[in-house]
Amino acid sequence: MQRNPVRWNPLVAWLSAAVMLLAASLARAQLSIEITGAGATRIPIAIVPFAGEAALPPGLSSIVRADLERSGLFRGLEVPPLIPHPTEASTVDYAEWRSRLADALVLGSVAARPDGRYEVRFRLYDVVKQTPLGGVAYTLAKEQVRATAHRIADYVYEKLTGEHGVFSTRIAYVVKRGSRYELQIADADGADEETALASFEPIISPAWSPDGRRLAYVSFENKKPVVYVHSLLDGKRRVVANFKGSNSAPTWSPDGSKLAVSLSREGGSQLFLINPDGSGVRRLTSSSAIDTEPRFSPDGQWIYFTSDRGGSPQIYRMPAEGGPAQRITFDGNYNVSPRISPDGKSLAFIARNDGKFQVALLDLASRQTQILTDSDRDESPSFAPNGRMILFATVIGGRGVLSAVSVDGRVKQRLTVTAGDVREPAWGPFLQ
Amino acid sequence: MRAMWILALTALLAACAGTTSEQSPAGVEDRSPSAGAGAQSNAVEGKGVTGVDLTGKQGGMLSPLKDPSNILSKRSIYYDFDKYEIKDEYKPLVEAHARYLREHTDAKMLIQGNTDERGSREYNVALGQRRADGVKSMLKLLGAREDQMEAVSLGEEKPKAQGTSEEAYAQNRRSDMLYQGEY
Repeated sequence: MQRNPVRWNPLVAWLSAAVMLLAASLARAQLSIEITGAGATRIPIAIVPFAGEAALPPGLSSIVRADLERSGLFRGLEVPPLIPHPTEASTVDYAEWRSRLADALVLGSVAARPDGRYEVRFRLYDVVKQTPLGGVAYTLAKEQVRATAHRIADYVYEKLTGEHGVFSTRIAYVVKRGSRYELQIADADGADEETALASFEPIISPAWSPDGRRLAYVSFENKKPVVYVHSLLDGKRRVVANFKGSNSAPTWSPDGSKLAVSLSREGGSQLFLINPDGSGVRRLTSSSAIDTEPRFSPDGQWIYFTSDRGGSPQIYRMPAEGGPAQRITFDGNYNVSPRISPDGKSLAFIARNDGKFQVALLDLASRQTQILTDSDRDESPSFAPNGRMILFATVIGGRGVLSAVSVDGRVKQRLTVTAGDVREPAWGPFLQ
Repeated sequence: MRAMWILALTALLAACAGTTSEQSPAGVEDRSPSAGAGAQSNAVEGKGVTGVDLTGKQGGMLSPLKDPSNILSKRSIYYDFDKYEIKDEYKPLVEAHARYLREHTDAKMLIQGNTDERGSREYNVALGQRRADGVKSMLKLLGAREDQMEAVSLGEEKPKAQGTSEEAYAQNRRSDMLYQGEY
């Protein structure tokens, strides 16, 4: 239920060029999500509106249903008004729900507490096996309806698919409207967006710290790329890398103790490790080529990165403490933006095929590569923390949009904002 | 209005550059008398109109950096797709700026490398850096001092030309040589 409010603090005195930044935006630009492809088989689930949920701001059971449907793995069934209205305490008539073609059923209730808060209880049932699968009670304030619904959806998703749900996670992305850039944070369903940074100069490459409390990114507010770390809780930012030349491509080590970045301070674009406070700079690569876009493997042992040391941009990996690099991609002459799946078993990247830039997925064991998208301007892939979906930026009808595709290529979503370009998505970690 | 903004911001940026002791501030700090982008107002005879001249006149002398008939007023080097070599046609331009930097030892230059919008943003930052580094290397070979120059990349983020035509892309594959006060 805990959320970190994103607030921009204009009083960070040491911040250079604070004048470039604008106060948190008044203009809201909520992402709207359109599902453009679904799984081959979707679990039919009946989510009965919770008894008494009208006492809360609207949305509790409908957000649970929308979350589950958006995953592409569930189909929410229409439920007619039921008398008496069943709750998690009711005896379930499995035969009746079977006849409504439900495989799963969610029943629940909302009760006001004396302290002004509310209690939500729900139970999940396997209608086919005619057995309850469990339930949870949450105490919440009125403002926490959406967060509670996401928690319920996560519970249902995990019970029925065996994987962690990502409905309570957040995403970061950059919206460009005219000459204005905003780094925004929203719930994974695009709602409740907040502006962490607004600027008249570009912002790229947001990267979540493993604990989800900080974002590293590159801002051009000093007329050149500089790496910042931004604390979402209090809006404080600090410069991590502002060396002579360009400072770019930040990524966090899995334990959050270090960042890998690409710096040109010693000539060329080379990989360095640096502490989040800007201390402890250590050079990792020594090539005469471009080395950039580092990403740690989830076990922290390897760094995957993009390099043109072989003549064309390809993906390589090297030990995270430095050492010889080995080439990972071989097909085609432009493979960039490596992202390792949370289980470390596959690599998403952007491949150029016949002039099209598309999201590709390489199985690191079998060496098989699959192109997951049919768009042609894909950029910046980002795994959901459960590894099921990949969020990326693309261009549809001349506008920057975000898309998501499942790792099997079947489920597809599109996230757009009105009157603006969205780009540079980064899917945050599981809520802690 | 926009020009005023930029002037104000430039001044502020210069004033508050620099954050940690180990790291160098963005850009260059010293002011050169020859590289003013300042505005001057002059009284125009007869009509009672006060003109504002933003073209860089200083004390009645046109700065060679602003004089359209002087090669030094040209600042951009354009590249072929995926290339960073300086084509022969731009070598006299780089030589002229190297001479200027040699003769004006307190002049400082920011070289900004740019790319077209195709491909990875971060890879394009690196490509733009390679272009800017190439210009800096040539200037240095021709006698400019290392500490007079900073080479940075704007990647694909600050396109001069909008659109997805080859003409627009060609405009955006570019290095710009800027003196302090100009960025």
